[in-house]
Amino acid sequence: MATVQPHRVRAGRGVELGLLLLALVIGVAAYALVGIGTTDKVPPDVIGYGVGMAALAIGIHLVLRWRAPFADPVILPITVALNGIGLAMIYRIDFAYTARGREDTFAQRQLVWTAISVVLAAAVIVLLRDHRTLRRYTYTAMLAGLVLVMLPLVPGLGVLINGARIWVRVGGVGFQPAEFAKIAFAIFFAGYLVTHRDTLALAGPKVLGLQLPRPRDLGPILIVWGASVAVLVLERDLGTSLLFFGLFVAMLYLATERLSWVVIGLLLFIVGAGVAASAFSHVGARFDAWLHAFDPAVFDQSPGGSGQLVRGLFGMASGGLFGTGWGQGRPDLVPFAESDFIVASLGEELGLTGLLAILLCYAILAERGMRTAIGVRDGFGKLLAGGLAFIVALQTFVVVGGVTRIIPLTGLTTPFIAYGGSSLVANWVIVALLLRISDEARRPAPSMKPSLTPIVGTPVVGGSNEDDQPTEIMRGVR
Amino acid sequence: MNTPLRRLATVVLVMFVALMASATWVQYFQAERLNNDSRNVRTLYREFGNARGPIVVAGDAIALSTPVEDSYGYQRSYTAGELYSTVTGFYSVVNGRTELERAANDDLTGRGDRLFFSRIRDLLTGSQPEGAAVETTLLPAAQQAALDGLAGQQGAVVAIEPSTGKILALVSTPGFDPNALASHDIAAAGAAYQQLASADGNPLRSNATQERYPPGSTFKLVTAAAALESGQYTPASTLPAPVQLTLPQTTATIGNFGGGGCGSDPITLADALRISCNTAFGQLGMDVGAEALRTQAERFGFNDPDLTIPMKVVESVFPDEMNAPITAQSAIGQRDVQATPIQMAMVSAAIANGGQLMTPYVVQTVRSADLHRVSETQPDLYSTAMSPGSAAALRDMMVGVVDSGSGTAAKIPGVQVAGKTGTAQTADGQAPHAWFTAFAPADAPRVAVAVIVEHGGNAGNEATGGRIAAPIAKAVIEAVLAS
Repeated sequence: MATVQPHRVRAGRGVELGLLLLALVIGVAAYALVGIGTTDKVPPDVIGYGVGMAALAIGIHLVLRWRAPFADPVILPITVALNGIGLAMIYRIDFAYTARGREDTFAQRQLVWTAISVVLAAAVIVLLRDHRTLRRYTYTAMLAGLVLVMLPLVPGLGVLINGARIWVRVGGVGFQPAEFAKIAFAIFFAGYLVTHRDTLALAGPKVLGLQLPRPRDLGPILIVWGASVAVLVLERDLGTSLLFFGLFVAMLYLATERLSWVVIGLLLFIVGAGVAASAFSHVGARFDAWLHAFDPAVFDQSPGGSGQLVRGLFGMASGGLFGTGWGQGRPDLVPFAESDFIVASLGEELGLTGLLAILLCYAILAERGMRTAIGVRDGFGKLLAGGLAFIVALQTFVVVGGVTRIIPLTGLTTPFIAYGGSSLVANWVIVALLLRISDEARRPAPSMKPSLTPIVGTPVVGGSNEDDQPTEIMRGVR
Repeated sequence: MNTPLRRLATVVLVMFVALMASATWVQYFQAERLNNDSRNVRTLYREFGNARGPIVVAGDAIALSTPVEDSYGYQRSYTAGELYSTVTGFYSVVNGRTELERAANDDLTGRGDRLFFSRIRDLLTGSQPEGAAVETTLLPAAQQAALDGLAGQQGAVVAIEPSTGKILALVSTPGFDPNALASHDIAAAGAAYQQLASADGNPLRSNATQERYPPGSTFKLVTAAAALESGQYTPASTLPAPVQLTLPQTTATIGNFGGGGCGSDPITLADALRISCNTAFGQLGMDVGAEALRTQAERFGFNDPDLTIPMKVVESVFPDEMNAPITAQSAIGQRDVQATPIQMAMVSAAIANGGQLMTPYVVQTVRSADLHRVSETQPDLYSTAMSPGSAAALRDMMVGVVDSGSGTAAKIPGVQVAGKTGTAQTADGQAPHAWFTAFAPADAPRVAVAVIVEHGGNAGNEATGGRIAAPIAKAVIEAVLAS
């Protein structure tokens, strides 16, 4: 780490409260607009809905005041806003399905999952007093991650849905273990790499100017890499495999600062993807659908054609710059409009303007996570925060990039927005971990006395005096 | 570890910029192409959900959308059934749209650039966007006369106002009832489409603008125009008119209708046109030359792939590569020369208008839902096809055709009609196509018309243009003059 200088920051709980209110207004207004757009009247339960959402958001806000007073003030409001927009869109798509005679209650279930997620996130913040505790569970996390990934392959547990074996069903409740495995792997990588970063970076032969690692340092990493390939081959889940692999390469790079890892990682991935595309028809079909989406033969091919992708593009195109408005479009014309293709639904009804705003929210969320990683003092925390923030960014990129045809379409859910309990819970846990680490990152260093002199004349939006006492913090700078 | 973190943060930012760029690409730059993709049912659904503007003929809406209680919201209906089907085409949930419903779609849906300000106002006031009304140039009486005249025969009629290019009648038979195709009962609409698509004579295709026929003797108007324009011929110039014209470099010959001579040999240009003398015109074509013929034909509108009225008109063809025998056959409208019925009406209209060919059009006015006039079509000169002097000379020759030549069936008491018959040979063993093109009154033309009856219609092998097609043209002219 480079030089260190004192830096004044605010705890930011007041700012957070103000932004939370804004996020709640967005979410509840969206809910009301869906009612107006589909049935011409405000949904009768909008007050109850608003109170419930506010209770959850303010609840976790109070938990932060209690247990993590210095946590990043932007992360939570953005998460609440995205979750609210997602709920409104799922509620809206329920209407469309009902109009077509298909009774669905995705919104109700997602609302329940939201409550569970927020409570779990609060529990993580309360119970996990220091993120460094997690380092003790490095290998437990690896084991847990591997077990979770392999779970869908267990006969009787795993379920094959839409050609991918990524679901586990226990007693009527289905979940996607891979969503939780990504957190476990992030903890494992952070713990393992922080211990072995020096041997990985420095000990080993040098080939063509690239510092290669020693084979024995590679063992655990190869196990996890093997797992992600297994996911691809055995569970036919291109998206999750890409997510694990990206996380793995990014965290290796963070730990070792060696570009060689990125090069090796990309080469491995390109070879893997090439082999997979030629060896497995379902992967090859994904590439075909991506490259020749508008080819009539590819469009009509079912399953494995580009029909869904192109219909999503049609939806987005019909939204244009400003969108049709909540409840005015036809997002139900795209298969899986409530989950995999919710981005296309949002693009259609909120337009390019709305979609860009949502993407910007994700970008800010990810960058706040990165900022947390830079701010926190311990190496484990840096790796974990960086990895978790990168997961959110990469998952968004893989989904939205797939829908907008930057990369082949894979089956991943859009964090916080798409329908799906596992994904929602897992991503809220990631947010809780980021909040926990950011509290550590922004907390004044214990060795230095906090300055109690307020900065005169600095207005703070939505803040009270008590909240916004300037404090000093150690901040690592370049 | 902060340096790689910062780099990773930059990578994340780049990823999001890429997503934003791709979203912009899809929703802005590619939006129009995607919205117009024929597989995009969403565009249709959205259009059906909005009030589509009516198509209006002489103040009456002949195609209109009325609110209905189903998932589409509006039902398109055609009040006159088959009468205007050639012009309106159809607008269907399952089968898309054709003709004016397609060509004027941006106005009818209210999505066109011209309606931008109406749309902004709808957006601000929150009112449902409504399509604009498209008012046509059609004359109901002329349209009806044309349909009645063709009655049961396959063919087409096109009537144009020579001084402006307004299309007064546009009929193609067999026609169809667009209501059957516009049904929201998907199965019924699909079945109706299948039945029409496989029916004899292809009812869904507009013969008037989409079908190319050998123009036969009506093309002699073009040959005569080229001769007059060359300055070397007058109506009184004499031409050789043998019983058989042997074509150079071949053993092929051109004969006259009925196999006889042309009354005299040599014959004047005016008489050759009057009785439609093939041998004289075959020779004239070779003398004038392929180049002059092609130039003249193109001035009348041949070889133009871009003509729209606003429906796209298929290109009439005068071929490129020609030797003398082909030129002779082309000069009498056989061989590779092909013309749409609207093309032959344009030839007459140009002669009628002193050589000035006006661009034909069918949409007079576009009016937004609040009756504000969005656009008005102004008559537009397509080309100067002939000098006024040549046009007047050719007009007088055409008057001769109706007065005492092959087109006497088109005579109207008290009105001087100028016309030209055509009897175009088609494949061996099939009856010839009967053509007639005319305009009237000859001294101050109000209408130019072209009629084709395929394969002789009800008269079969006995058919000639003068006998079968001329009476239909006469009825249409009378309908226009009576209005």
